Amino acid sequence: MYGYHGKILHVDLTERRSWSESKPESWYKMYIGGVSMATRLLWENIKPGCDALSPDNPICVANGIFSGTPVPVGGKYGLASKSPLTGWLGDSLSGSWFSVTLKRTGWDGIVIHGASDQWVNVFVDDDRVQFRSADKYLGLGTFQTEEAIREDLLDDQVRSATIGPGGENGVLFANVTNDGRQAGRTGHGAVWGSKKLKALSVRGTQGVVVADPETLMRMSFQIIEAAQGPHTSKYRLLGTATNVLNMNTLGLLPTRNYQEGVFEGAELVSGEYLEDHFKVKKIACAQCPIACEQISAAKQGLYAGAMTGIEYECLYANGPNCGISDMNAIIKMIDICDRGGMDAMSGGVTVSWTMESFERGVFTKEDFRCSKYPEGFEPNFGDGEAGVTLLEMIRDREGIGALLSQGTRRASAQVDKDRGTESYKWAMHIKGLENPGYDARGLKTFALGLAVGTRGGCHNRTAAYDPDIKGDVDRFSIDDTRGELAKDTEEYAAVYDSLPLCKFIRRCFSGRADREGAWPAIRDLINATTGWTFTYDDVSLIGERAHTIKKAFNIREGWKRADDRLNHRWHHEPMTEGPSAGHVVTEEELEYLKDLYYRAKGWTSEGLIPKDKLLELGMADVADEIGV
Amino acid sequence: MVSSTSKHKYITCDPEKCIGCQLCEYVCSYTKTGEYNSYRSRIRTIRVDEILITAVACRTCEHAPCVTVCTRDALEQDEVTGIIHINDHLCDGCAWCIEACDFGAISINPITKLAEMCDQCEEEEQGPQCVLWCPKDALELTTPDQRAQRARRKLITEEALH
Repeated sequence: MYGYHGKILHVDLTERRSWSESKPESWYKMYIGGVSMATRLLWENIKPGCDALSPDNPICVANGIFSGTPVPVGGKYGLASKSPLTGWLGDSLSGSWFSVTLKRTGWDGIVIHGASDQWVNVFVDDDRVQFRSADKYLGLGTFQTEEAIREDLLDDQVRSATIGPGGENGVLFANVTNDGRQAGRTGHGAVWGSKKLKALSVRGTQGVVVADPETLMRMSFQIIEAAQGPHTSKYRLLGTATNVLNMNTLGLLPTRNYQEGVFEGAELVSGEYLEDHFKVKKIACAQCPIACEQISAAKQGLYAGAMTGIEYECLYANGPNCGISDMNAIIKMIDICDRGGMDAMSGGVTVSWTMESFERGVFTKEDFRCSKYPEGFEPNFGDGEAGVTLLEMIRDREGIGALLSQGTRRASAQVDKDRGTESYKWAMHIKGLENPGYDARGLKTFALGLAVGTRGGCHNRTAAYDPDIKGDVDRFSIDDTRGELAKDTEEYAAVYDSLPLCKFIRRCFSGRADREGAWPAIRDLINATTGWTFTYDDVSLIGERAHTIKKAFNIREGWKRADDRLNHRWHHEPMTEGPSAGHVVTEEELEYLKDLYYRAKGWTSEGLIPKDKLLELGMADVADEIGV
Repeated sequence: MVSSTSKHKYITCDPEKCIGCQLCEYVCSYTKTGEYNSYRSRIRTIRVDEILITAVACRTCEHAPCVTVCTRDALEQDEVTGIIHINDHLCDGCAWCIEACDFGAISINPITKLAEMCDQCEEEEQGPQCVLWCPKDALELTTPDQRAQRARRKLITEEALH
């Protein structure tokens, strides 16, 4: 088999043993890699209904089809477990050296079962598996842990996916980090922490061989050249932070916990300002010719020395969304998240919920007592030091940080129960996952995409903002085209997430990002790598199958139609300023949109998947379990 | 700081431009072996302290220490090009050349266990493939003159700043 090794590594932390599982080529053709394959491995290996923090919830790593080859931006892997934050599927992607090194170990994926009683670093050294004590790495940040492992194993080619103190301490939105990139959002770090798995390290010496290297090299070279042109200039020059001013102009930049969509300090937190005053270096993931990661450093004041990659999503969450316009403080907040191994989006939105709750009198100064401020402090919007301190308290689960470390859904439910308040009304999450940096009240196709998403409030799994922002549809109203649009955009995203290829390359194949522009090249790259004879339609099927196995997982975990919903604020409270003021997504609108969407997917009106649909996709064993 | 004494061309990397993508390693190993494998690449990327990134290949030193220390005369430097050739029949993988190299530019092939190093793709029509592929033009095959220009440019930047 070209492009794959045909086997999955299983590791049992409880028994401290490992074994190999062979997979047939037909299985790879169905599930390809990344998020799709990781979710399929989870489907096969989890005990349905289990507690996400129990030994029954496995960690499933699945590499990419193009990983370890020169195919641009193909060095990515998928990670899946049941999410302790949402209770649904937790699926993430990360890129870079860990992925390409994993490819050379000879394993297409790794499933980690059980739980260790001692902190452990699992080291996959080609076909050998070592269980190393991780005691000496405890408390180290993510970057430091990777470096310390490399130093101990005396090899620069050892790459590690690690958790930081956030994951060790059980922060429910803790991440897994490798090479400065995060498998983010759904709390993988907490799952790893519950198993006492501090790091998964890999070293691979085996070469990667593809079926048709001449075609692969020719195509890769062309795409790399195209990736130096206008199709990626946004990512190369300012990075995703360029979105700050764009979203502000559209009135969609979440401000003060999504109370408004325009921020008076937007210039000070813009990608342009970041570039001029804080930029240190632009870095690429392994195998990427774009280099979008904008490493930035706080230069002066209290937070000098803080340094990390700044993306739009972390920036909006910790900046405008907390009312903070001091970039030094924002960089420090993101630095705390990245080194502490926590999701900077969920972290920022949890801080903004805390600030609004304080301003509305749910909390008082005394609630914020901590070692740094024994008398407590007042976390008002715009106070950078309050943001920094809250994230430190969350990471260490100190004082009120223990409550906040559970994310906005649980924290608001707990507080409302204890204090008789209604803070759930400004808890900005969907399915328990804190929302992304585009206010869906002014993007109604996107609102549907988010509500039905298997992952919760995530902009990466649905591209439904695209027709809204481009103006293909009226973003403030709804019509009967939106169900198809939500289906098409989520399956489009699922193709990229399952190869995986970074979506930033999407215009470099032909100049057009749509299916007609991208699928022919993706088809040819798949065939050159594997020797298969995939067609255009087979590429589309990758996305539909990927999304189907994700949905099937949630259905088996008890998902019902009523679980596809938005948060209270987006349903009931319009913004008062800017171009998106005055709009909400009513519950009636959303129910109508959901009807359209389920119909477009070929599902029942309750959102369940008919047996015939699953059989048509070749998923007979899934049909047996959840088909209706 | 060590620096090469080469009067010949060799492949240089501008750390300001290098993004750490490793594409040079894939292309090198593919050109030399037909497979993609960083362990078989004759140019190696390195990233330290999160933001310091570069790639290193043979710097064709004058009186190259690797050639001198080889006890089996397996290494031979071309007088015209400066490229150092390793004779597979004579090399026994003792790794003394690796010890002698100040630049970490020589590696041991994990399969044959013999030494390997950059030959500037002298058999390739288009020259060094890593230079051809580098997406950021960080890699170049430079002459001593070009390196001198770089040194002067760096000097003026430093002196102007201090």
